[in-house]
Amino acid sequence: MSENLITPENLVYKKTKSMTDRILHYCPGCGHGTAHRMLAEAIDELGIQGETVGVAPVGCSVLAYYYFDVDMQEAAHGRAPAVATGIKRVFPEKYVFTYQGDGDLAAIGTAETIHACNRGENILVVFINNGIYGMTGGQMAPTTLEGMKSSTSPRGRDVKSMGSPLKITELIAQLPGTYFVTRQSVHTPANVRKTKRALKKALEYQKLNKGTCFVEIVSNCPSGWKMTPVQSNKWMEENMFPFYPLGDIKVPEK
Amino acid sequence: MAKRGDIVIDIEKCKGCEVCLAACPNDVLAIGSEVNKKGYRYVVKVNSDCIGCANCAVVCPDAVITVYREKK
Repeated sequence: MSENLITPENLVYKKTKSMTDRILHYCPGCGHGTAHRMLAEAIDELGIQGETVGVAPVGCSVLAYYYFDVDMQEAAHGRAPAVATGIKRVFPEKYVFTYQGDGDLAAIGTAETIHACNRGENILVVFINNGIYGMTGGQMAPTTLEGMKSSTSPRGRDVKSMGSPLKITELIAQLPGTYFVTRQSVHTPANVRKTKRALKKALEYQKLNKGTCFVEIVSNCPSGWKMTPVQSNKWMEENMFPFYPLGDIKVPEK
Repeated sequence: MAKRGDIVIDIEKCKGCEVCLAACPNDVLAIGSEVNKKGYRYVVKVNSDCIGCANCAVVCPDAVITVYREKK
């Protein structure tokens, strides 16, 4: 019974090769690491590691270029879709993605995001929504929920003075330039696998030159929300998902 | 009978976030009492009930776990 199972032929899961061996700088339990790995796995399953160019944002995931073993470019805050537009137009045969958080994509980069999607640039936009500015100390983001506490809304977000949370993914889905818009999460094994399928599909669609693919990943921020990772995943299920329901928002017509 | 599996934990990468504990169907994992170089109490295997489902490795944000499962 005690035979050794740890042999190469018994291997069922290991870190994918498009991710580097570097230790991630993210806080314990942060969804960014899982989201990175799923994107890397999607790239490897399609065998496009050498043909992929990523654009890193500003925010927690600013160091994404250390973790993806593909060509990467750092963009100014919020400008990743504009930089990706340039890369894709110069190298139309490459697979181009941006990886952005909610502060980057839905606040400072709203204009670039909306216009890149409206032009229907053939890029993949990966949007990590955790409803907070994690990197700078948990300030309120456009996607912060109503009543949610942050360091700049200590009594909870008051919609009268601070506005309502921005459902940018639904907004993007209205634009004729987008081809595939979906919202996923990475907090349970089933959701992680679904996210990978969505990312893989989005990269496959890029070959068709039909428009922008937009994948939102609702994620946790244990440090910003001041919870343990397991609590934050539960809180996310109870509070984030009713407002940001998971599922496909715009799928290609058959 | 379920197939048997085994895991290898890269302790220096583990941050002890416990997300894998919630994902394991057989309670194979627990947070140990020792710390790694970064000062995190890392995850350890506490029994041999692993079935190699890879749920822990899939949800791990830091790609700490490698999973093996018997072939037959």
